[in-house]
Amino acid sequence: GKTMVKPPDQLDLSEAELKEEFTRILTANNPHAPQNIVRYSFKERSYKQISSVDQLAIHFVLEGNLLHKDSDEARRQRARDGIPEDGAEDAGDTEEGAGEERPDSLEISLGKKERKLTNQFNFSERASQTMNNPMRERECQTEPPPRGKFSATANQWEIYDAYVEERRKQEKVKEKQKVLSSKKEEDKGKKKLQLVENQSDDITKVAKVAKIIERMVTQNTFDDIAQDFKYFEDASDEFRDQEGTLLPLWKFQHDKAKRLSVTALCWNQKYKDLFAVGLGSYEFTRQGQGMLLFYSLKNATFPEYIFSTMSGVMCLDIHKQLSYLVAVGFYDGCVAIYNLKEQGPQPVYRSTARSGKHTDPVWQVKWQKDDTDNNHNFFSVSSDGRVVSWTLVKVLGGTLRLSLDLYLKPFLSCGTSLDFHKQIDYLFLVGTEEGKIHKCSKSYSSQFLETYVAHNMAVDAVKWNHFHPKVFMSCSSDWTVKIWDHTIKSPVFTFDLNAAVGDVAWSPYSATVFAAVTTDGKVHVFDLHINKYEAICQQAVVAKKTKLTHIEFNPAYPIIIVGDDRGYVTSLKLSPNLRKKPKEKKGQELPKGPEVEVAKMEKLLSLLREPETVPQD
Amino acid sequence: MLEETLKRIQAHKGVIGTIVVNAEGIPIRTTLDSSTTVQYAGLLHQLTMKARSTVRDIDPQNDLTFLRIRSKKHEIMVAPDKEYLLIVIQNPSEYLLPQ
Repeated sequence: GKTMVKPPDQLDLSEAELKEEFTRILTANNPHAPQNIVRYSFKERSYKQISSVDQLAIHFVLEGNLLHKDSDEARRQRARDGIPEDGAEDAGDTEEGAGEERPDSLEISLGKKERKLTNQFNFSERASQTMNNPMRERECQTEPPPRGKFSATANQWEIYDAYVEERRKQEKVKEKQKVLSSKKEEDKGKKKLQLVENQSDDITKVAKVAKIIERMVTQNTFDDIAQDFKYFEDASDEFRDQEGTLLPLWKFQHDKAKRLSVTALCWNQKYKDLFAVGLGSYEFTRQGQGMLLFYSLKNATFPEYIFSTMSGVMCLDIHKQLSYLVAVGFYDGCVAIYNLKEQGPQPVYRSTARSGKHTDPVWQVKWQKDDTDNNHNFFSVSSDGRVVSWTLVKVLGGTLRLSLDLYLKPFLSCGTSLDFHKQIDYLFLVGTEEGKIHKCSKSYSSQFLETYVAHNMAVDAVKWNHFHPKVFMSCSSDWTVKIWDHTIKSPVFTFDLNAAVGDVAWSPYSATVFAAVTTDGKVHVFDLHINKYEAICQQAVVAKKTKLTHIEFNPAYPIIIVGDDRGYVTSLKLSPNLRKKPKEKKGQELPKGPEVEVAKMEKLLSLLREPETVPQD
Repeated sequence: MLEETLKRIQAHKGVIGTIVVNAEGIPIRTTLDSSTTVQYAGLLHQLTMKARSTVRDIDPQNDLTFLRIRSKKHEIMVAPDKEYLLIVIQNPSEYLLPQ
């Protein structure tokens, strides 16, 4: 149990003494303060006791080192330290009741440079660094886009090309719009075709370029011929009195034409280096296929166009204006028209027995001017005795048809040649197998205007003079060439050439120059102005035993082509003597033009006419 | 038709070789050996482009028809097309006696 433990030295008091109350009083008096402080008062000149004594007792004193920032001492310190008084402080000073009382101390401390106060004698700085996270680089690379090198030039012509292309596209769009409105199906077909053409960019497009190259290669090979053609003028002509020579140039031959004879030659009026060769056979017994070839002087090795025909070609004519239209007459009596612009090997039109073809070989075809309906037409003459005019009529449906128009009733015995007057449209001549020449007119279809007893054998060719309107020429297998004035019944000139004459041709540059070919392989060139009785050139141009069948003068260049019965065509250049123009008289201007030629001829004729006193029939 | 023409050209007297090059300068047909072909094709392609550019710069409506380079040994003829280039190397017949 808890018993009271009395310390041994405790005061023992009686109970009465325990109950005794003692009073204690708490006062604010400092017990240590003296109670009787005496001070001398000078007023009473004695020592007096102070009534109240200071009872303050100071328990603790600590000298602090804080200054109020606005106090003088603080200001002085700041000035000493060089710290400028900032605006906030000023603001604080000036605007005491501003309202915003931010904790200025923080702001000031942030704005000012903190100067670390370090102990000069004992200072160690301890810094520590945290672990840096390792940097990791992560990249990703995609496959680069495919690259192609592009380079282009911007030239004037590239720009031009772009414009041209643009224009073409626009035009195509316009066309398509037009066609679409009418026939849609056809258009689709066309579109398909166009697509196909674009896709097939194979080598066939090089064809055109290959042609150019072939010509270049040929030109190189036959360089000397090309140079001769252009520049060679036989200088020895000055020494030869009046005679001239023929210089052989290119020789045109085609493998497949070897067995055939040249039956027709014609120069193209528009492209003066292009000529047509008709191949067939004159032998009655040896009739087979024929060919139609077109050669250019630029390429003597290979023809430009080749057409194979069922029957031998006997004659051909190229239209004067539309030089792509060629009329051809065949041995079997057909006539056909080829269009060189068309691609196919077949003629554009061909006459059949139903449309009235001739029953005998067609010996001559000639184009005429378009008729009043602007249809093309041409004439043909044949051994069946008919002279026929064919007209190309465009029939509904788009196909062409030849319509027939008989000009002369068939009492014409076997016509073998035909020629139309150069200036007078309706006048033409027909040569016959019996040797007569009939002058006819388109307007009189039943009668001849005139008949000339020309030759003893068939008249192989009749040709009007290019310049003089009255003169024509004829040749025949009876070895003669005769020159006529159509107003006179007998020939003006007669030449005997010692061999059957295959063909004659007037020159396009002179009214008095003409050439003839004979079956002994010779070419005879005459100039009536220089020599009225003899040829000024007689030259064999092919091997012996080769017959020359046709001759034609080139309209522009001084060359002639001759065809023979072996299928060869030889080109020859005329030497200067053969191309003489009348000499200029000193002081006189030489009048140029066809009138001069006509005058020349007229002079010759007049010389001949005068001595003739025999009345004309 | 084209094949025949090319054959004829190749068979012509004096022709050493024929090369057809496409628009990128890659030979597509040749009668020569491949290294020579590649060389000719590359060089002539550039030359033709330059020649054509020259002609057309002077007159944009004009265009190059063909190019002929005659050297001592032979003659190189180039005919460009819109997409192709035809090159023929020929030994032109030079039988002229020196005068």
